[in-house]
Amino acid sequence: MERLKLVLQYFQSNSESISNGICIILALVSVKLYTSFDFNCPCLPQYNKLYSLGVMIVPPIILFFLGVLVNRHTGVMMDEWMRPTGNRSKNPAVVKYLFSAMLQRALLAPMVWILVTLLDGKIFICAFSVSVDPGLFSGLPNNTGLDVIKIMAKVPCKEDVIFRNSSFRKAVSRYVRCYSQAVGWSILLFLIVLGALGRLIKPCFDDHATFLQTRYWSNYLDVEQKLFDETCVLHARDFARKCVVLFFEDMREDTVLRLPHPPFITNSREKWEDEEEERLHGISKQEQLDQLLCKWYYSKPELDVTRIAHRPRSCVTWEDRDGKTLYSDV
Amino acid sequence: MDKFRMMFQFLQSNQESFMNGICGIMALASAQMYSAFEFSCPCMPEYNYTYGIGLLIIPPIWFFLLGFVLNNNVSVLAEEWKRPTGKRRKDPTILRYMFCSITQRSLIAPAVWVSVTLMDGKSFLCAFSVNLDIDKFGNYSFVKDMSETEKIKLLARIPCKDLFEHQEIRVAASRYIKCISQACGWMFLLMMTFTAFLIRAIRPCFTQAAFLKTKYWSHYIDIERKMFDETCKEHAKSFAKVCIHQYFENISGEMHNFHRHRSSKDESDDEDEDKKKSDEEKLLGIRAQDDMNKVLWNWHTCKPALALRKDQIDGENNGRLNGEANGAANGFVKGHTHNVEKKEWAVYYSKV
Repeated sequence: MERLKLVLQYFQSNSESISNGICIILALVSVKLYTSFDFNCPCLPQYNKLYSLGVMIVPPIILFFLGVLVNRHTGVMMDEWMRPTGNRSKNPAVVKYLFSAMLQRALLAPMVWILVTLLDGKIFICAFSVSVDPGLFSGLPNNTGLDVIKIMAKVPCKEDVIFRNSSFRKAVSRYVRCYSQAVGWSILLFLIVLGALGRLIKPCFDDHATFLQTRYWSNYLDVEQKLFDETCVLHARDFARKCVVLFFEDMREDTVLRLPHPPFITNSREKWEDEEEERLHGISKQEQLDQLLCKWYYSKPELDVTRIAHRPRSCVTWEDRDGKTLYSDV
Repeated sequence: MDKFRMMFQFLQSNQESFMNGICGIMALASAQMYSAFEFSCPCMPEYNYTYGIGLLIIPPIWFFLLGFVLNNNVSVLAEEWKRPTGKRRKDPTILRYMFCSITQRSLIAPAVWVSVTLMDGKSFLCAFSVNLDIDKFGNYSFVKDMSETEKIKLLARIPCKDLFEHQEIRVAASRYIKCISQACGWMFLLMMTFTAFLIRAIRPCFTQAAFLKTKYWSHYIDIERKMFDETCKEHAKSFAKVCIHQYFENISGEMHNFHRHRSSKDESDDEDEDKKKSDEEKLLGIRAQDDMNKVLWNWHTCKPALALRKDQIDGENNGRLNGEANGAANGFVKGHTHNVEKKEWAVYYSKV
């Protein structure tokens, strides 16, 4: 549990780490999507290739768009690119850095999908079984009355009757899968060599100092945006609280108290009574409260809390039994 | 447990995160419901299409409406839309923003249902099996001898494994239709993702400043409503506390304030006496069985008025006398006049 917490904290500390984490999650989602997808080759000559290439290409495009969408850097980059210059000069290197970082991360999930489909081989078999020369293999069923093309198109479908008791289907499948895996491993090798070369050669071309600067400022932009959003949320909370308290206190009335005789015994009120009095904000009658709730719907207060520093106090007037004013705050 | 509490707190702290959480849960519920649902095609020409397409369209509509029901912001939006203008102007962009964000979140569960249904292919198979051209799948002579209606009836039975005898045609046809269904599913997903991409990634190009403004104020409206509810709750609590305290004081008929004042002048430091004093205070002057019975009886038969006394100056029981001063309809004064009078007499006698 402690380790998990540490790992989570590490990932959350840096915005780059968060993006890396999301990127890896998307790659895992891509693998899960492939395993749960029920690949269903039509086994018809006209549609095999179309279906297979569709399944190999459309999901990577969807995953790429998803990768761009869930990445925070997309928003930061677009903001920085489209903003008016104002008081802060624009640095195109930062925008370029953010763009390349976003692109690299968004490309991971599609590549994972393509590699997994190639290494698994089902899609290749479906697409290219018609292009295999049946003469290479023995056991082609020739008693069904169908053309060769149609028979070859049925190879990807295991349950088909014409291949019962024949090892022809398995031989062709294995052959095509072999090709598919070779292509898959070559692509993987190519990508890794490209990555390694890029890592090794980049310092020769790029200025490391400038790179440090761009990386710092792109991280800064991300943090700044997050803090601005957080400050807005806190500010809205304070604003709302003051607005509501002011609204309550505006409904406070001046009070008139009557006495039978002048006060001569004083006693301080208990502390809890003072706290409760504060929380009541001067509303202590049913009619006042009903009026307040009605007014909250019919006439919301304006969005201005500058008066909170100088709120009016309710005035108390002391009168005796006959109505003569003894003392008044007014 | 700690982990769950932290996650729960994080989700609740930010309203948007909470709504995202609900949105995710509904999407999972949608997928789970599809897998738990037992699809059973009627296999009759008149009903196949209705059943197949109905299952593709009606549950998404249901999920969409459920998304609206579960979203708290819907009532905030409705309130903001219908309120009289009063002192605060109404901003239509805020209403539009709130509506768009609610709609976007409600669309996720229906989209999940539609894509899962299309990827699975059963509903398309049920709906479109009658439109198949059976010659595509092979040379089947027995079909040519049939009349039109019989052919259609035969095609309608394709989705049902146990009703259709010729397994090869059934397997080939279902594979073909499933293929088309999956292609439609992927196209649907591509379209949704591309639309979402356009909305979120390209929008900053156009209206960023106005967007920040609407985002702040729509969040503010939500928070203000919560603050108002919280303040009302606190107020009601304090109101109730003071009201009940004053009720007990009135019914008890003792000058416990007077006694308290007398004893507080001694300023004793003894702790035990302090504890005894606070226990005494908690009794609120009710020390006899009859008094307590009276309190409980009156609480039901004659509740006090919703108007608090203002005991602002001294410890005398002039709070009761303030009942006259408040002026509001005060059942308290009317119901207990004889009690009040008695207490006044008591006051006079002891003061004299």
